[in-house]
Amino acid sequence: MTVSPIERARDVRIARYAAIAVGLAMAEAALPSPLPGIKPGLANVVILIVLARHGWAEAAWVSVLRVVVTSLLTGQLFAPGFFLAGGGALTSLVVLWVAARLPSQFGPVSHGVLGACAHVTGQLALASGWLVPTQSIAVLAPILFTAAVLSGLATGIAAAELLHRGRHRLDLAHDR
Amino acid sequence: MMPWSRWLRPGDWCVVPGALALCLWAATASFREGVASSAVVRRDGAVIAKLPLDRHARIGVTGALGETVIEVAPGRARVAADAGPRQLCVLQGWLTRPGAVAICAPSHLSLELEQLGPGHDSVAY
Repeated sequence: MTVSPIERARDVRIARYAAIAVGLAMAEAALPSPLPGIKPGLANVVILIVLARHGWAEAAWVSVLRVVVTSLLTGQLFAPGFFLAGGGALTSLVVLWVAARLPSQFGPVSHGVLGACAHVTGQLALASGWLVPTQSIAVLAPILFTAAVLSGLATGIAAAELLHRGRHRLDLAHDR
Repeated sequence: MMPWSRWLRPGDWCVVPGALALCLWAATASFREGVASSAVVRRDGAVIAKLPLDRHARIGVTGALGETVIEVAPGRARVAADAGPRQLCVLQGWLTRPGAVAICAPSHLSLELEQLGPGHDSVAY
């Protein structure tokens, strides 16, 4: 089976984006978290850039690779944290698929906020339905959603800034 | 205008305030006044311990990863120790409000503060 140069370039690009996302996620894993599920979501800047530049399919690849590789490196593969991260990422990808089809009046900031809120929704659903089956988990929802909106806003602005500058070094394979 | 606001498109100006308004509404709807009377420990959703919050106590419960230590004191409770790798439920510290919850996901345990009976809407003499 032969791989066309276009497919190979795409695979290399996805791998490089995923490597940057994993690096950011690993750096973030070292930061203290006041509550389970509250993180800045730095790797989402990469996902939003890939979504804007290369479409949903490549963003989905980067997101899935980020979750699997980060879990592997942190020793969390198939631990509850892996399933929570995976559930949040998959829910976020579903919402981003819709968000990417919104009119151009909705940019990376909307994508960031909607994706972050979807991530929390997926995690809460998984946690309350499987990990810790209790309705009381809903008490955490306002805090988690507020953190998601703020982190989505920040990552969306960062992605918009980087996309505008157009000289970020994330897409080395594509630019060469 | 803040320098970062130039990255917000017209639609974003609807999404961000709308999302924040929903958060505010959720926070208002979930806020419960009153004093917590007991701490409930659940594993996989089933109640495995219930401790009154009128005295000091420290118990060990068995989670999915090993022993988790729950500590209660008058009006408050906390997860004192857990076998989970990141210790997030321990770092959450003392819970004091009714409805507050600490979740030790790796251990499949939750600690929740309950209020005895419903709150009063009004009191008449």
